[in-house]
Amino acid sequence: MSDLESLKNIKKQSVGDEPVVLDSGVGENTILSVQDLHTSFRTDNGEVSAVNGISFNLDRGKTLGIVGESGSGKSVTAYSIMQILAENGYVKSGKILYNGENILDWPEKKIRKFRGEKVSIIFQDPMTSLNPVFSVGYQLVEAVRLHTNKTKQEAKERAVEMLKLVGVNDPMLRMRKYPHELSGGMRQRVMIAMALCCEPDILIADEPTTALDVTIQAQILELMQDLQKKMGMSIIMVTHDLGVIASMCDEIIVMYGGRVCERGTADAIFYRPAHEYTKGLLRSIPRAENMNEKLVPIGGTPINLLNMPKGCAFCPRCENAMKICLEKLPDEYRVDDDHLAACWLNVADLMTG
Amino acid sequence: MENEKVKTKAQSGNLLEVEHLKEYYPVSVGMKKVPLKAVEDVSFTIKPGETLGLVGESGCGKTTVGRTILQLYKPTAGRIVFDGDVLFDSEKKIKVDMLPYRKRMQMVFQDPYSSLDPRMTVEDIIGEPLDVHKLYANKKERREKILSLMELVGLNAEHAMRYAHEFSGGQRQRIGIARALAVRPQFIVCDEAVSALDVSIQAQVINMFEEIQEKLGVAYLFIAHDLLVVHHISDRIAVMYLGRMMETADADELNENPIHPYTLSLLSAVPIPDPETARRSKRIVLEGDVPSPLKMPAGCPFRTRCKYATEQCAKEMPELKDRGNGHLVACWNK
Repeated sequence: MSDLESLKNIKKQSVGDEPVVLDSGVGENTILSVQDLHTSFRTDNGEVSAVNGISFNLDRGKTLGIVGESGSGKSVTAYSIMQILAENGYVKSGKILYNGENILDWPEKKIRKFRGEKVSIIFQDPMTSLNPVFSVGYQLVEAVRLHTNKTKQEAKERAVEMLKLVGVNDPMLRMRKYPHELSGGMRQRVMIAMALCCEPDILIADEPTTALDVTIQAQILELMQDLQKKMGMSIIMVTHDLGVIASMCDEIIVMYGGRVCERGTADAIFYRPAHEYTKGLLRSIPRAENMNEKLVPIGGTPINLLNMPKGCAFCPRCENAMKICLEKLPDEYRVDDDHLAACWLNVADLMTG
Repeated sequence: MENEKVKTKAQSGNLLEVEHLKEYYPVSVGMKKVPLKAVEDVSFTIKPGETLGLVGESGCGKTTVGRTILQLYKPTAGRIVFDGDVLFDSEKKIKVDMLPYRKRMQMVFQDPYSSLDPRMTVEDIIGEPLDVHKLYANKKERREKILSLMELVGLNAEHAMRYAHEFSGGQRQRIGIARALAVRPQFIVCDEAVSALDVSIQAQVINMFEEIQEKLGVAYLFIAHDLLVVHHISDRIAVMYLGRMMETADADELNENPIHPYTLSLLSAVPIPDPETARRSKRIVLEGDVPSPLKMPAGCPFRTRCKYATEQCAKEMPELKDRGNGHLVACWNK
């Protein structure tokens, strides 16, 4: 029997043929289920496949973290859920189930109701995501009135109430301010107020604190956790900052080259990483343990999505790459109850021991 | 290229001494011209081959400090001594021609996209400082120097004829570093030099900075907002708030025994990439934002957000005082 076949057999015994999703199927509590999502962009240089088959389930009231470097497809995944991809982008295949219904089949009109009312997003840069020529109050009232039947006065009251909730002091005064008159942290609070004014089920936060100072970042993260307790929404936290992920998330997905490398609880990812990329990431950031040692960087450069390798996307940068890594894409393989990784090395481990 | 360490001649043992540096920018508020006090009284020293990390929130003046030392901005007041030579002294009205010192003090910028000329090849970018200071005898020597610099920062020789846009962010930052190293400086200001890079690339560049320091004995002023990165690379760390120095100490000492309330909250706000620590540690969340430097609070600038603030804080700015082992703190109450 060739190596490849024996590997296949072992895999069959251990995980079965189907690619596994951590929560093995859509449970009662699942509010959003993304299944085998492929998103591509048409460009002059050919088709760029930014997301290549990612699946996950999001439970009510839980926080899912998606972490990866630039170009890993984490933001594109978020935009695919919101259906706000750039003009040349499209979902090639896969399903996005919201409460069991595939939103990709919905007409634009229904999607517009879905955005803002059911799912909201906050972006990295609060300056460019607010309109500079309208006052903050106008923009908040607009968001409320678009999605509810409230009168102008009621919408205004709701806006003030939301500003109060996100910790903006003197909300009546702030309503009349324009975005440039507010500080970065204040603007992000306004963005959060706007995102939550229709009490969505899911809040997608795309690098919500990357542009902010650490002390302001701490305020915003604290605020998001607070609001989650109060309003019970689910959060998808998209970030490249492993520190933010460690403190915020129930479940973490590590992405590379548009695919999931590894998923599991924060403890599993940080203390028992099972994918070479995750291990490399953890070695390359300064932490308490390696403060006085040299960092161990991941060699090479991030992957070019225009020509994806046939096998594992991380293979060209992986120190322990094997022959099979070049040839065949690993499925997600169960390392532990709460922990999956798509790396051939784990399968090889099982074979030898 | 001669890979020997740079030597200093200063008697005090300090490569750079900055005393009571001030930098005001004139800004118009309505019809009036008012000074924006970007840096208000900053003093520190850097030893040869040492890395001083400079941290603080945006707008605290850390970039201005870096640029003012190199006199890219004209200092408003204070004294700058480099390797025993007084570069600037507002009391004695000393101001020297900086050109010879540009050979000894260099800078690496944050954005590797906008700090390289898109119309120049890598060879010309790295060669320009050599041209300016006439550091070669003939063309052959120039090319050799450029190639050895490229090798030093981990670029291939065949990249020499390429343009900046053909490189990734990490490689561009290497070009910027090679340009700074071309004149064999004793001192480099690294202004957020790794902030724009992805984590895996960031580690490569941080290691390169450390290796170059070991090889050439360069001193760095490492300005950054990422406290974990600064802790990793620095020997000592200085914390700034609204144009003033709040605390200076050895890197490990500062992280283990921070004294100033601002340093405490700044450190507690850093998200630690370790779930166990993250669950245990309690963030000290500061209320509100940094005040505008145009409306600087009297006395200690941090008192508006400080829970220990007393009347004395409003009256007078505390001096930086040594609390033992070179741990300097400017606070009345701690």
